[in-house]
Amino acid sequence: MSTTTDTAPITIHIPTPLRAYTDEQATATVEAATVGAALRALVDHYPELDANLYTDDGTLRSFVNIYRGDEDIRHLDGPDTALEAGDELSIVPSIAGG
Amino acid sequence: MQVTDEQTAALSPEELQRYSRHLTLPEFGQDGQERLKAASVLLVGAGGLGSPAAMYLAAAGVGRIGLVDFDDVEASNLQRQILYGASDVGTSKLNAARARLEDLNPHVTIETHTLRLTSDNALDLIADYDVVADGTDNFPTRYLVNDACVMTGTPNVYASIFRFEGQVSVFATEDGPCYRCVYEEPPPPGLVPSCAEGGVLGILPGMVGTMQATEVIKLLADIGEPLIGRLLMIDALSMNFRTLKLRKNPDCPVCSANPSQTELIDYEAFCGLPSSNGSSDETDTDDDTMSVPEITVQDLKRRRDAGEGPFVLDVRKPFEANIADIGADLLIPHEQVADRLDELEAHKGEEIVVHCRSGARSAEATQVLRQHGFDAKNLKGGTLAWSDEIDDTVPTY
Repeated sequence: MSTTTDTAPITIHIPTPLRAYTDEQATATVEAATVGAALRALVDHYPELDANLYTDDGTLRSFVNIYRGDEDIRHLDGPDTALEAGDELSIVPSIAGG
Repeated sequence: MQVTDEQTAALSPEELQRYSRHLTLPEFGQDGQERLKAASVLLVGAGGLGSPAAMYLAAAGVGRIGLVDFDDVEASNLQRQILYGASDVGTSKLNAARARLEDLNPHVTIETHTLRLTSDNALDLIADYDVVADGTDNFPTRYLVNDACVMTGTPNVYASIFRFEGQVSVFATEDGPCYRCVYEEPPPPGLVPSCAEGGVLGILPGMVGTMQATEVIKLLADIGEPLIGRLLMIDALSMNFRTLKLRKNPDCPVCSANPSQTELIDYEAFCGLPSSNGSSDETDTDDDTMSVPEITVQDLKRRRDAGEGPFVLDVRKPFEANIADIGADLLIPHEQVADRLDELEAHKGEEIVVHCRSGARSAEATQVLRQHGFDAKNLKGGTLAWSDEIDDTVPTY
């Protein structure tokens, strides 16, 4: 979706509650060098996701958890967390059904 | 944590026979079985997750099993809530659950708590059990169960489901993270639809509830590696299982060394919902509505009969209108209302009645419309109320 020299292809896993905004796609592939750039590329492709992931001032919403591999990006470098080719990002939603 | 206490209870000859496949498991054995017999678990919610969890925990021989729920069995429960049968529809869930579980295993004690778990009763209830299994269906109760588990030092085996997706973890152990370490704040109301609204594959709570029960057994028998500090993500459509690492938040408001919150709070308010009065009542959280002007189904019927029917907007999904139709003039799914106001421009100045299934989504849409200057009113109780009070040929779902 975006290509510059330092970017790498990244798979993003989309959780069920957000698939209504991604044409029901469970994964998306973007090219980006950081987590923040990868999510921006995703939102550029699926604009309806924007309000679900970001606040009006462009920061990630507090209830949105993002993992690179199996690590929460809050314990890495947040949106600046670097990505390498083949990395997988997961958007982990709060769900409450029982 | 309490469950590692060296507590066991002797097994009778009948029990030794019944549990023989456990006794021959080297990792489990008679010691594990005696630990289970001496142990207790509280299942919060006897629905999709609680049904299979309760059945396997009873079959496995957990000595004391408490159940918390206040609903009656509905026909729409039977697609997944395998504790119940057709003859139970319309009766108390917990009465039916007790009968089924006592038949399954008369050697275990079933304790039923027919009430809504609240900030007033949660600490006392939870403190009476070794482990909690959280299988509730709403965010306020999820936070309430977590906080009460942290405050009483009771491990919380957490599971939740949505459509084809499930999550399982073990929270609130001495060294592990709690639910709030992972989900510090709830999403705003309406962003994540309930199962009633969003649907759920009937088998999914069977898969996830049995995983939840597995974690309970492991904690109580003190075997294996529980999902402490790990979140199991289950996608039944792709049959993909992934495990994410969770860490304790050193600034967690509830479970950190210096917590900022040391008492239970108003969890409806915390989740952005209108507060309940804290007592047991018959309304589900799904059906809570915001404070917007309302019209009853009787009023709408009377006005239609008098030939002065107002413009009616259905804010459900199109497939829902195919299931149950009460004669709306226009359908716009509730999440699209804000972007499609132009389609209603011709009706500005006149009254617009907004409806959905239960009145929750339509309350949100009513609020959006009123913010944009429309004279919108929420149809109280939605198509469920219309079916119940006006026309029983309209299906409920």
